[in-house]
Order: sequence, then C-alpha cells, then structure tokens
Amino acid sequence: MADEDGQWRLTNPYGLGFAGLSGLPEEHLPTPPKRVASVQGSGFDSELLGFAEELREEGMSVGTSELLDAFHAIGFVNWSSMAEFREALATTIAKSPEDRRIFDIIFDRFFFRAAEAQAVRMEVNEPSNRIDGETADLDELRRQIADALQDGDDAEIRDLARLAIAAFSQQQTSGVLGVDVQRIRRSLGLRSEPQPDLPADDPRREGTPREQLRKFEQELRRELERAEIEKTSELPAKRPLTELDRSLPSGPVQDLAQVHRVVAQLKRRLATQGHELRGHRRHAQVDVRATMRASLQTGGVPVELKFRPQRPRRPEIFVLCDVSTSVTSASTFFLSVMHALHDAFRKMRSFVFIERISEVTDVLARERDFRAAAAAIATDAGVADVSGYTDYGRVWTEFLELIEDELHPRATVIVLGDARTNGRPPREDIFARVCERAGRTYWLNPEPQLYWNYGDSVISAYEQYATRAFECWRTDQLEEFVKALTQPGVSG
Amino acid sequence: MAANPTSVAEVNAGLRDVGYLPGDSTALVSFLATKLGKPVLVEGPAGVGKTELAKALAKYLGRELVRLQCYEGLDEAKSLYEWNYRKQLLRIQAGAGGGVAGFEHGDPVDVSWDSVQNDIFGEEFLLTRPLLEAISSPEPVVLLIDEIDKTDQEFEAMLLELLSDFQISIPELGRIDARTHPIVLLTSNNSRELTEALKRRCLYLWLDYPESEHELQIVRMHEPDLSETVAAKLVEVVRMVRELDIKKPPSLAESIDWARALLLLGAQDIDETVFKETLSVIIKHRTDLDLVADRVGVKLTQQNAPA
Repeated sequence: MADEDGQWRLTNPYGLGFAGLSGLPEEHLPTPPKRVASVQGSGFDSELLGFAEELREEGMSVGTSELLDAFHAIGFVNWSSMAEFREALATTIAKSPEDRRIFDIIFDRFFFRAAEAQAVRMEVNEPSNRIDGETADLDELRRQIADALQDGDDAEIRDLARLAIAAFSQQQTSGVLGVDVQRIRRSLGLRSEPQPDLPADDPRREGTPREQLRKFEQELRRELERAEIEKTSELPAKRPLTELDRSLPSGPVQDLAQVHRVVAQLKRRLATQGHELRGHRRHAQVDVRATMRASLQTGGVPVELKFRPQRPRRPEIFVLCDVSTSVTSASTFFLSVMHALHDAFRKMRSFVFIERISEVTDVLARERDFRAAAAAIATDAGVADVSGYTDYGRVWTEFLELIEDELHPRATVIVLGDARTNGRPPREDIFARVCERAGRTYWLNPEPQLYWNYGDSVISAYEQYATRAFECWRTDQLEEFVKALTQPGVSG
Repeated sequence: MAANPTSVAEVNAGLRDVGYLPGDSTALVSFLATKLGKPVLVEGPAGVGKTELAKALAKYLGRELVRLQCYEGLDEAKSLYEWNYRKQLLRIQAGAGGGVAGFEHGDPVDVSWDSVQNDIFGEEFLLTRPLLEAISSPEPVVLLIDEIDKTDQEFEAMLLELLSDFQISIPELGRIDARTHPIVLLTSNNSRELTEALKRRCLYLWLDYPESEHELQIVRMHEPDLSETVAAKLVEVVRMVRELDIKKPPSLAESIDWARALLLLGAQDIDETVFKETLSVIIKHRTDLDLVADRVGVKLTQQNAPA
C-alpha cells in the first residue's frame, strides 16, 4: 500500500475525494510505509478499487457511490485498528447479511494476499522459530494452548497458532493445508466434545468451545499458507468462491442448524410476503361507506377517499415430497422447508411419497421440533416399508384419488422431487389432470438443471404441465421460488 | 450538552453513559453517521436494541428524537406533510363571507378568490408530519424511521429524496430544504428485501443477538441488583433457548424482562421450577412453551443433579 513516489502527501493523496484525511489528528495518520521498488497500480486508492473489483467478481454490486462513501468513511477511523478499518468498509459496502459474509471472506483473502505480495516483493522473511521438541515442553505447550483457547481473544489465538505450527509441524508437510491443520489440531488433543478421561484440571476436559476451535483452525490455515508463500516466494492462484463458501449446501454433511437459520428467516419472509405488493392495486376499490363517514369531518366534502383494504392472497397449498433414496441428501432440506411452510400457511396439506403416498399433515402440525417431525415421518408415515424406489405413476393416481374433490383453481400444488421414475411409467397424463384442476403447480427439483432429463429423469414430461419447474437445492433458489409462490395475481 | 464526538471510543463511552452498551461495530457506525451525515440502516432480529440505539444516540448527542413508526399503508400525508383541510375550508368560507360583504363595490368575488387561493396553500395551512418536522427543526435532531420494512415500496421511493438530499418537494410550495441535518436511523426486521436504491444511500449495520459476555453486561447494567450467578445462568439459558428451532426466539429485551421478573421473585438460582414458572416471560407461543419446557427444563435438572 505504498504511494508511487514513496511519500505521503497529506493534502489529498487519494484522488477520490478523500477529504477526511487532512483533518485527522496526528495519531490517526497512517504511518508512511517503507519505499518499495516497482509496485504495479500503486497507491491506497487503487488497492481499495482492486478490493471492490474482487467483490464485484463475486457478484456483489458495489456502486461508485458506495466506494466514495467508503473512502469518506475510512478517513474518520483509526487505521491502526484492523477491526475499525474493516467495519468502516463493511458498513459502506456490504448491505445485507449475505453480502457481509462474502465481504468478510474476500476481505481476509484480499488483504492477506496484498500483504504477502508485498512481503514477497520486499523479500521479508519472518525468522522461523522452530521449537526443538522436548516432550515436557510440548505437553506444557498443549496445556497452555488449550487453556488460552477457552477464553483467548483473536490476537492471542493467532500467536498460539504460530506457536503450534512451530512446535508440531517439524515433520514433512503433506502439501495439503487442510490435512496439516487437522494433524496439528489432533496432536494438540483439541476436541469440541468433552473428554472425560483427561485429568480434572486439564482445560481440555470440558471440550474446547467450537467457535474458538474454528478460529484457531482458521489461523492455523492462514499461518501455514503464509509459510508456504514464504518458501516458494509466490502467491498461489486465487480461487473464486464456490457456492459452498457463500451459501448452504444441501449435501448430507450440511450443518442442519444453518439450514434452520435460513429457514427461520424464510418463515418471517413468508409471513409478510405479498404485503408489499398490495400497493399496486390500492386504488382498485373505493369504500363508499368509509369515505362518506370521513367526509363528515370536512363538512360533507369527501376530501379523503377511503379504500377497501386488500387482503393478501393466502394460497391453499398441497405439498408432495419425495423421500426416496435418490434424494436422501435433499429430503432433509425439503422436509425442513415443508416444516417451515407449515408455520406460514394455515391451509396446507403435506404428503410424502416413495412408492406410495402418505399424508403427514398431522405429524407436521403436531411436532414443533424439526428432528422429531422427521423421525415421526420416517417411522409412522407408512412409506418406510416399501421397496424404496419411487413410482411416480402410482403416486399421481393415489394423490388424485385422495384430493380430487378438494383441488380448485385457488389451490397450489408443490412437488418436491427429482422426477426419476426408475424406469416405471411416468403417467404424465394423470399429472396433467392434477395440474388442470389446481390453480398453480410448481415442481422443485433438487438436481442441477444440467442433469435434468438424463438417465431416468423425466422432468420434461411433467414440466410441460406444471406452472413452472425450479431447480432448488440452495436456500437462495428457494427464496426465488417463495417469491413466485406468494405473488398475487398470477393466474394458473 | 450537544456532544460532537471526535473518535469511536468517545461514542462508545458516550453511549455507555446513557445506558446503552454498544458493540464495536455499533459504536463505529454511529460515529460515522455523525461524521458523514448519512442515514444508517439498522437490520437484525426483533428486540436486539435497534430502536434503543436511536434513543440512546439522541440522548447522548443531546438531540431531540423524532420518530416515525412505519406500518402498512403509511403514506405521505402521515409521514411528510398534510394540508389542513379543515382550516382551509374555514378560510374559504371566511373569504366567501368577505366576498359577499364587498359585493356592493362590484366584482369583488374574483379578488377574494385570488387572495384565498394564494393564501390557503401557505405554510400556515401545512401540518408538519415527522419527516418534515425533522428537517425543518431549528436544532438538529435524530430521526428514527422505525420498521421501514413494514411499508410499501412506494413509500421507500418517496424517502429517497429526503435521505440523499435532505429536502422535500411540496408541489404547491416548492422545495423545502433542510435547515439542519438530522441523523437518520432506519430500522428493519428484514421481513422483506429493501430496494437497492435505499440501501445505496445508507450505511449498513447488522445487529445480531449479542455474544454471551456482552449480553451479560447488558443484563447486569439494566438490573444491577440481580446477583451475578443468576444473571450468568440466565444468559446461558436464553442462549440455549435461542438455539432451539422455535417460532419466536427470546430477544434481548425479553432477557432483561426476565431478569426483572427473577429479581422481583427473589430467585437465588434458576432451577427447573423457577424456570417453568417464569418461562412465559421469554416464550410467547404455546407450541414453543412445550418444546422449551421439555428441552431446556430437562437440561437444568441434569445440571443440578450432579452438583
């Protein structure tokens, strides 16, 4: 972050309307960096622009006005504090929790890389402080680290990470960061769950707080990466964020709690969604009675028009959820979605199916806890005892039999499934009849669109009758769907 | 009285003095808001102190708090300004009376109509509503636009002019510029996505449930008489409850209410019985009650058994 000609002009060195700096008290001024030879795209402003550019590459919309704000804002904060600098940037650039998550990842990566790039250029190497292994010392170190992890702050954790690397990675590194990190963690004997076989005064006995452990691993990873860069004197290629980094995977290893956090938010959204769209048709109907009453206040002149309130459309929903083995990983996700929908819509009936169909409305209405509901569905729903292969044709027939009389144009049918028939007849003609009777029919497919219609997937046969088919295995895709679902005035 | 902070630490200390314990980013964003003059959009779950922040900020800066509570269907007449119809009618009627009196002098009706129509759209007939009040106040104020997510999108669009330029256009009068720049806080429970245009004009602050330690401090500050052990236990239990999947997780405000309740009951410890008796302070749904009593109640017994 050096200036091109190696000194800091205090008047306005940043080009971009960076007025705040000149008025800063002495202690807030950035310390002039050492002169560095040949820096491409030098200057702090271009660094920050580069940062914004990386954010944009990851799909955040960072406008020029926001950047200007950022430049203004950092003029007022203390530069020597990483946290303040970061918060000042975040508050002006990242405008939603999702954006903030991306911002944090990119911030760490960008400034880490920037600093490392600088270090490589300047050929700065940190003195390696390998600890020669004396067993007694190592045991003491283990204890210290575990102790400090119980309630250490971030800086302390970073120091500990370096110590741990110095002490425990004398052996050949595996070349894969993740493996090394886990190996060091294991040799420290750190676990999040309690370890009752350890002596009573050992801080590890009660288990290390999960959050602290995660931070520690993160620091380990970073320090290892740094050491690697130092050794090879070049930066590894940066990797674009995967969907995994930025949102929730639907895989079996997914963090259920995280799904729930998002679904919880979804509940709130569902509860209010549609309300904001009411404004469009606010002028539809004048309430004559109310208008007349109001006009009494103004001597019979109807100055204020009163309108009939518009009730948001509360759809009646039928949900069918595939719980067969081919969608095992997705069905946890889907079941939690179904669970959430149950809270939001009063008129809703839920079914699960594999080979046959089974109604689970009562189970979901009764069980508040998702895990209990899932367990109840698995045991009581009466789908567990069949072959485990989906038979869509049979499902449609049974579904139509069950609820034919209740389907009407205001009803919405949602199918959660992968449309893999295992070679059995898809019977799209019956599905067409369902679609015909219901107002809207949506299909949510947990497979990426790429795999649709490959193998035994017959989604296209159904898609032509459904109102819309969605690819849905991430929460943001789910939100997309929720928007469509609650939109009023979409005729089926 | 009117504080003009020069550093984040100062804001932090100032907010503490008026009884609000800010997190690091809260203090920083508040400080930037005073410096940059930009509105702040505060989002987060219900009951984490979004509205309290505005009140505390007003108190600390020695400014008056002007509050606009948003709801569905809120419109300009209730938020910006409204013409005082009744007064205007009176004026017209009074004017008409004058017209009759002057009728003998020939063609006086037109004259009085001219004067009347110039007259009735003057500031005298303008009822100021919170937004106009905030920018026309001679002393700078803190403007709180509460629960902006409850309004329609049209209302948001209307706010844009006010938030970026601190001015309001009234067709009959022209543009009214701000006499003083208010500090604007908008709060949202994130129940719907706000428009990009609005977000672009704001600083963004996400307030989440505070960390245990921070929450403990807050509870202790509000209820200093509650013993430390009970307070710590309370925070721990609330944390456990929040981790469950329930309809309405207990907010910070409810933790404080609970602390007060425990204090009034003179509870020395939170055991299963005390917990079950006072559960309704933090849990507001029937179905949640059962779940929480079941899960957390059992844990409390287990904890107490070995001790």
